[in-house]
Amino acid sequence: MIRETLVPLAAGTIFGAGLTIGGMTDPARVRGFLDLFGNWDPTLAFVMGGAVLVMALAWTVQRKMLRPVFGEGFSLPDRSDLTPRLIGGSALFGIGWGIAGLCPGPGFAALAIAPVSAAIFVAAMLGGMLLVRIMEGHG
Amino acid sequence: MTLPGFPDAAPLAGLAGGVLIGLASALMLLGAGRIAGVSGIAARAFGLADGSQPRIGAWAFVLGLPLGALIVTSQTSAAAPAFAGPVTLVVAGLIVGIGTRLGSGCTSGHGVCGMSRLSQRSLVAVATFMATGFATVAVMNALGIGVLS
Repeated sequence: MIRETLVPLAAGTIFGAGLTIGGMTDPARVRGFLDLFGNWDPTLAFVMGGAVLVMALAWTVQRKMLRPVFGEGFSLPDRSDLTPRLIGGSALFGIGWGIAGLCPGPGFAALAIAPVSAAIFVAAMLGGMLLVRIMEGHG
Repeated sequence: MTLPGFPDAAPLAGLAGGVLIGLASALMLLGAGRIAGVSGIAARAFGLADGSQPRIGAWAFVLGLPLGALIVTSQTSAAAPAFAGPVTLVVAGLIVGIGTRLGSGCTSGHGVCGMSRLSQRSLVAVATFMATGFATVAVMNALGIGVLS
């Protein structure tokens, strides 16, 4: 119960608060950061820097743990292969991110800020995910 | 506090938000043993990805995101930000959905969780989506295409 619902709920809530405070739910702020060759706004570099710094510490703690605090084991990605799929997918994601200034986390968080706009973005994003699922034969 | 040369930047708010995002990701990792990757968790919640995470947990995380945003906006009086129009949002959303599934992650999974453990795949993914993000905005600005109203 704690591992499966309360931890993710608390993490999601803190995550959503962080996105909002950091400016990631403001598309103009995000697109300002991506406007590297124009009127560049470095704010998001501070968001990313703060988050990566804290997580780098968390990984050093994780390496000393046998299991998470709530639960039996870690379920972590362990792949290291660089594939055209990884690079092509990431390239596409960056284009979509640049167009509207929204990525998945802020898309969901913005449901509480601009519900209609965010819902349109999230619905289309889920549609895109469904498309990949169908193309891979999972119907 | 402002940054010299960047009057519009909000470095302290950015850093505070980033630390919170890092703490949330650390809670997922050390508490539940999982990566706080929003695109993967969202796909799991909506039944668009297989995985070991119970769907109820994926839903809990996804619902937390707007809850956290609501808590912050209810405490501040900032003006609502501008968003793109519906057609632009649909196009961008579709591309983001397809791209994050093919690329196995987004700004959170690759950007925060993967980069901080120096995952080779995540470093390449972040370099790639940053590059195309920069290029997209540069091209749109060069063509005079504004999307935020």
